[in-house]
Amino acid sequence: MSIQREDVEKIARLAKLQINEEQLETVASELSNILGLVDQLQAVNTDNIEPMAHPTDAVQILRADQVTETNNREAFQKIAPATENGLYLVPKVIE
Amino acid sequence: MHNKTVAELSKGLAAGEYSSVELTQHFLTRIAEQDTTINSFITVCENEALSEAKAADEKISAGDATPWTGIPFAHKDIFCTQGVKTSCGSKMLDNFIPPYDATVTSNFKQQGAVCLGKTNMDEFAMGSSNESSYYGKVTNPWGENLVPGGSSGGSAAAVAARLTPAATATDTGGSIRQPSALCGVTGLKPTYGRVSRYGMIAFASSLDQGGPIARTAEDAAMMLNVMASYDKRDSTCIEREVPDYTSTLNNSIEGMNIGLPKEFFSDKLDAKMQQQVQNAVKEIEKLGANIKEISLPHTELSVPAYYIIAPAECSANLSRFDGVRYGHRCDNPKDLEDLYMRSRTEGFGDEVKRRILVGAYALSAGFYDAYYRKAQQVRRLIKNDFTSAFKDVDLIIGPTTPSPAFGFNSKGADPTAMYLEDIFTISTNLAGLPGMSIPGGMVNGLPVGLQLIGNYFDESRLLNVSHQFQKVTDWHNKTPTNCR
Repeated sequence: MSIQREDVEKIARLAKLQINEEQLETVASELSNILGLVDQLQAVNTDNIEPMAHPTDAVQILRADQVTETNNREAFQKIAPATENGLYLVPKVIE
Repeated sequence: MHNKTVAELSKGLAAGEYSSVELTQHFLTRIAEQDTTINSFITVCENEALSEAKAADEKISAGDATPWTGIPFAHKDIFCTQGVKTSCGSKMLDNFIPPYDATVTSNFKQQGAVCLGKTNMDEFAMGSSNESSYYGKVTNPWGENLVPGGSSGGSAAAVAARLTPAATATDTGGSIRQPSALCGVTGLKPTYGRVSRYGMIAFASSLDQGGPIARTAEDAAMMLNVMASYDKRDSTCIEREVPDYTSTLNNSIEGMNIGLPKEFFSDKLDAKMQQQVQNAVKEIEKLGANIKEISLPHTELSVPAYYIIAPAECSANLSRFDGVRYGHRCDNPKDLEDLYMRSRTEGFGDEVKRRILVGAYALSAGFYDAYYRKAQQVRRLIKNDFTSAFKDVDLIIGPTTPSPAFGFNSKGADPTAMYLEDIFTISTNLAGLPGMSIPGGMVNGLPVGLQLIGNYFDESRLLNVSHQFQKVTDWHNKTPTNCR
């Protein structure tokens, strides 16, 4: 599988990362190498094999719908880059 | 004092041979003097450690001590420590001071253990050489030009250099066992679900597992006694009684059936390493174990399956770093898109970006079945190999790594060369099994790691066999050349 510059631009956009113009070729070739490695999987017959999500096939545990944690908003917001009146600040989204 | 094991120090403290404050000061002094070259710590908690030690001494004199009360140790900088920076080796979290403790952190605090500091690691635990840390590379105490392995390179190097008696670590594809092998120390990756992942910064959630790095199997057992616990805050944690892992260390291993996977003794393994591992197996045979060859036919597919599953889960997990709630935020963002883009681009290093991109690609529209689903199917084939093997044997033994410690920048520009370093460790994570690395020989003056793989929740057996091996060998007592 060979990855082109345009593919890198597209997935970088999806992943919210910027790749510089001059790095595009390098990244494309590194990703091609990685996908070349993982392409070995395509040769394996996996008909009727159930995909494995958890090693011991455990299922999600349910709990009663009760409040179990205390409100730590102040402690959590103390480490935030920008807050005001208990809200997280981001640049204006809607004009 | 720094050459003593945790078990010995625990007895020394109980007998009043030294205080926890003296012990803690001794290790803090060693870190200050020697870590300038090794760089195994990102943060040293001098004041916190000394006050924890003082509290521990009071508990000991009051007769209120556990085996861990007053014992200094270190945390990999992936475990959240309330009020103490937890960077995960990344610029992204350089300013992150967790408002809560990881469950593993609380477990040690409850025992009255003394945290010396936070150890260096590959950024977000992605790497096998500790070269990707934002805080600089870690040097292997066995050679100034050698990598310590990764991602828990700081924990392994600090234990090897006697800067701490023990350290916590995590293992997603070999990150406890491979650095333990390269630094000549003892490391254990428990069964998936044995140790809580709450407050342990996530890389690939279906593979990540915390575990101990120490100098001996006995110390690793003591650590696992503290680290293993059922935790409702980690929904993948398995509710199962935690045995006293030290109580079975002295069991006889006579009649135990041990399998050597032929795929682990292939041409991928350095010839001198092969010889050392075979010698170690002979020692175990002398202790009464039955050795037989087994096959894990899908071993070769473990690296490709891992490099879909791990990046896919990493790209999802690391999407939480958005520059809004915590962590790095770029200056003067012009809009929300710019805030996300620049915060993430500035905060993450190259290897982390690479894995996010691979994961985003594998999960993108139209590719999911060909990549992620396929890899999860192959993952089951790998697990089935182990399930069949454990019908015939109690334990699997092989090398931890293909070769001893390698040099800095030696893997070249192709990232996949580094990925193949984990060929013998990755399958254990994919299957969710416990695996351990212990010093098993030397090649060219460098430690060789012997890997033991057990059935689900059979950590006691791994520790038992390792302890019996360490009673008749002294590879684990070798002191690194650069250790003063």
